[in-house]
Amino acid sequence: MTANIVQFCTFTLDGLWFGVAVDRVQEIVRHLGLTPVPLAPPVIRGLMNLRGQIVTAIDLRRRLDFPDRMTNDLPMNVVIRTEDGLVSLLVDQIGDVVVVETDTRDAPPPTLKGAARELIRGAYQLPNRLLLDLDLDRALALDASQSTTRPTTKVS
Amino acid sequence: MPLPSEIIQEFLVETHDSLGRLDIELVALEKGEAKSATLGSVFRSVHTLKGSAGFLGFQKLESLTHVAESLLSRLRDGKLAVTVEIVTALLATVDAVREMLRSIELTGQDGEQVYSELIARLRALTANEELPAATAGLPVTPRDQSVDLANTQSFLLNAPESPVQKSLTDSQPARKSSRKTRSKTASDVIVKSHDTDSEIVVPQSVSSKVADSTIRLGVDRVDKMMNLVTELVLSRNQIMQHTVVQTNSSLAVAARNLNLITSELQESVMKMRMQPISNVWGTLPRVVRDLSLECGKRVRLVMEGADTELDKSVLEAIKDPLMHLVRNAIDHGIETPAARQRHGKPPEGCLRLRAYHESGHIHIEISDDGAGIDGARVKLKARESGLLTPAQADSLSEESVLSLIFLQGVSTRDAVSNLSGRGVGMDVVKSNVERIGGLVDVQSTLGVGTTFKLRIPLTLAIIHALLVTCAGERYAVPQTSMIELIRLDGERVKTGIERIHGVRVHRYRGKLLPLVSLTQVLGGADENDGESVNIVVLQADQQQFGLIVDRVNDTQEIVVKPLNKLLRGISCFTGATILGDGQVALILDVTGVAERAVGDVRQQMAGIADVVPEVTTTPQDTQQVVLVTGPHGERMAVPLSAVARLEEFPATKIEWTGTRPVIQYRDQILPLVDVLGLLDRRPSGTPSESSLRMQVVVCTDGTSRVGLVVGRILDIVTDPLLVRSSSAREHVLFTAVVQRQVTEVLNVASLISASEAEMLAAGAKT
Repeated sequence: MTANIVQFCTFTLDGLWFGVAVDRVQEIVRHLGLTPVPLAPPVIRGLMNLRGQIVTAIDLRRRLDFPDRMTNDLPMNVVIRTEDGLVSLLVDQIGDVVVVETDTRDAPPPTLKGAARELIRGAYQLPNRLLLDLDLDRALALDASQSTTRPTTKVS
Repeated sequence: MPLPSEIIQEFLVETHDSLGRLDIELVALEKGEAKSATLGSVFRSVHTLKGSAGFLGFQKLESLTHVAESLLSRLRDGKLAVTVEIVTALLATVDAVREMLRSIELTGQDGEQVYSELIARLRALTANEELPAATAGLPVTPRDQSVDLANTQSFLLNAPESPVQKSLTDSQPARKSSRKTRSKTASDVIVKSHDTDSEIVVPQSVSSKVADSTIRLGVDRVDKMMNLVTELVLSRNQIMQHTVVQTNSSLAVAARNLNLITSELQESVMKMRMQPISNVWGTLPRVVRDLSLECGKRVRLVMEGADTELDKSVLEAIKDPLMHLVRNAIDHGIETPAARQRHGKPPEGCLRLRAYHESGHIHIEISDDGAGIDGARVKLKARESGLLTPAQADSLSEESVLSLIFLQGVSTRDAVSNLSGRGVGMDVVKSNVERIGGLVDVQSTLGVGTTFKLRIPLTLAIIHALLVTCAGERYAVPQTSMIELIRLDGERVKTGIERIHGVRVHRYRGKLLPLVSLTQVLGGADENDGESVNIVVLQADQQQFGLIVDRVNDTQEIVVKPLNKLLRGISCFTGATILGDGQVALILDVTGVAERAVGDVRQQMAGIADVVPEVTTTPQDTQQVVLVTGPHGERMAVPLSAVARLEEFPATKIEWTGTRPVIQYRDQILPLVDVLGLLDRRPSGTPSESSLRMQVVVCTDGTSRVGLVVGRILDIVTDPLLVRSSSAREHVLFTAVVQRQVTEVLNVASLISASEAEMLAAGAKT
């Protein structure tokens, strides 16, 4: 039965509780200074320096079409290893590592809307609350609507 | 035949490697492990060795390996079974090869030994003949010997006092003693030759000096080291910044040392990645020979500066473009001997490659003394393939005509050969070279020859960059594309920047330099209320432009780090770097910025950039006009005061409302006025039309706009328009003499009102 047991690194976003498999996560880092990338899609909040490596920061709230967090609330970084270098997911708060059995996953709650619905693979019923299983690969692959650049004023 | 010593060195190193592998594989074969795969590998190694030996002219080595190869091919085909005798003979061959290699290393020749006995044995084995015992002539029986070899490892372990052990630690005396005593140590193979009656003792453990002096390293290891060094450079930069404010002298000294050592380390690691360009050029003599034979041409290849060193990644990147240019030179450039003689040239063409360092770049020139590029033919081809309108073709300067060959689909060759002529390739050459931050330039004189010049950065990993600040963020501008910094203070903020209908320009060395604000390019709002303006003059492709930035900081060596693929679509940035204070800064892609900004400006500047305004102040009685021509050379002028922009549109963008051509322009519908009858109503999207581009002068009377479709925008001139006569033609203000030619000056107001009337009429009909 051990094959079905997965450890989840959990975090919150706009009051919801999310998890990604622990083995995809390199580390959790407190908020670091970001260098914004002009002309980049809005979900990309910038680049940060993680011990000499450049990490691209993706705001998960924006990725899921959630409202932006208050300017005073500094996000945490969930640093993910990808084939193309490190990517950080900006989240609200970090939770515990939770062990779940993948068999117990339920379909995503139908009340979810928009991007959240596509990016949530399902929910685990844990004693106090629901843990939402984030589809990491989809979250990191920005689709066409998200990767288009913001309209910019024409240079004249 | 004196060969460059590097080739021999490389051959020796490689062969030593493969011999070591052969020993292991042959022994494994004998043990019956992984037969077919191992046999294949052994065969390939011997085959390669034979090939190299033949290429380098080592005949004895070649003939020995040839016989061994024949034996191996029979084994591989299953015609023979692997026996101890065969393995023994093959191992003896390996040792004989070793002996030859040593001779090559010392004298440059493959030695006096003929090894006829060994060759005879190999032949006999190939023919599957029993070897007469008398001719074996070996001091040890084959079986014993091979067992010994196979067990060398265990022998070494079990017999610590063995002479082999000694020779491992101290090879020189061991070699001497073994030669003297002709001792029969376990790992020594003694081959006795009947011809020379001499014995050669080859102690296996004595390895060659050449093999010892080099280590073959995986590129990934060097890259890893490179990464670490770049991190070190960053840490160094951070420490250096802190020590500036420190008064502790011993810390300052330590920091200075760290600075020096890091720089030196960085340089050494960079050097590790450097390889002479001959690594790529090495294959060219053969390519040139084969190609010239195929084309029936005679070509002499001259290579200068083959020892010029380049970063490995750069070398990889220019390999294909280089090969392509060489192919082109032979296929297109150099003529057949008969044609050359007709033109009074020697029958043998010359292809000259030259590589040299200059100002932080590698320059590579590929020149031939062939027929040169016929600009007229290039133009014709470009017109035929629909890349140019006839009017555009006429307007091109000679230099621009040559650069057309870099466009996709342009080939001056009528027949497509398997070498070239398909019109793909030169565009790939250009894009490949530009991808690594290089430039391609072509010069050609008809009948005399063609020269391609590549300018390529030394390395891609670390670059010199100027840091600029813009909207509170720092950006790195690669210094290779920088020409000059200009600072305008006080009054000059206003006088130094002039506007030509929206386009900001600066008078720069007699030319008008289009200005672009970095903030605006990057999508921000332009604030222009500073007390001074900083302009970074940049070179992007053929175009110079001035980038307005908020502040110019210092220059730094920065380490280029690639951007995540999520960000690669943004052409304005090539990468990012970490600055001394730990912050990330984006590196500007000057070509990308130019494309984004200047692309716009360039169209507006078409014809303007080369005008030298000789009169610095415009007298009241003169007028500035934009000169345009039609397809038949009719000259017309539009008062500059009525010109909003100069644009270029693809013909496919034209839409028709009723009979009126319009174009969507800046979220508005811009009616087009076809002054010269250039447009004809055809179903849009026909192939010949689809790639055409139109020159349009966007005119305004303050409220409405029209686009004048013209053949070519010539110039902007300041002229008093003194000689004038009235004209009866509609929409023409008067006729004047501009630049000694009769020119019709258009009445923009009447054009606009006529156009509006027509639009209304068209609207009423539908």
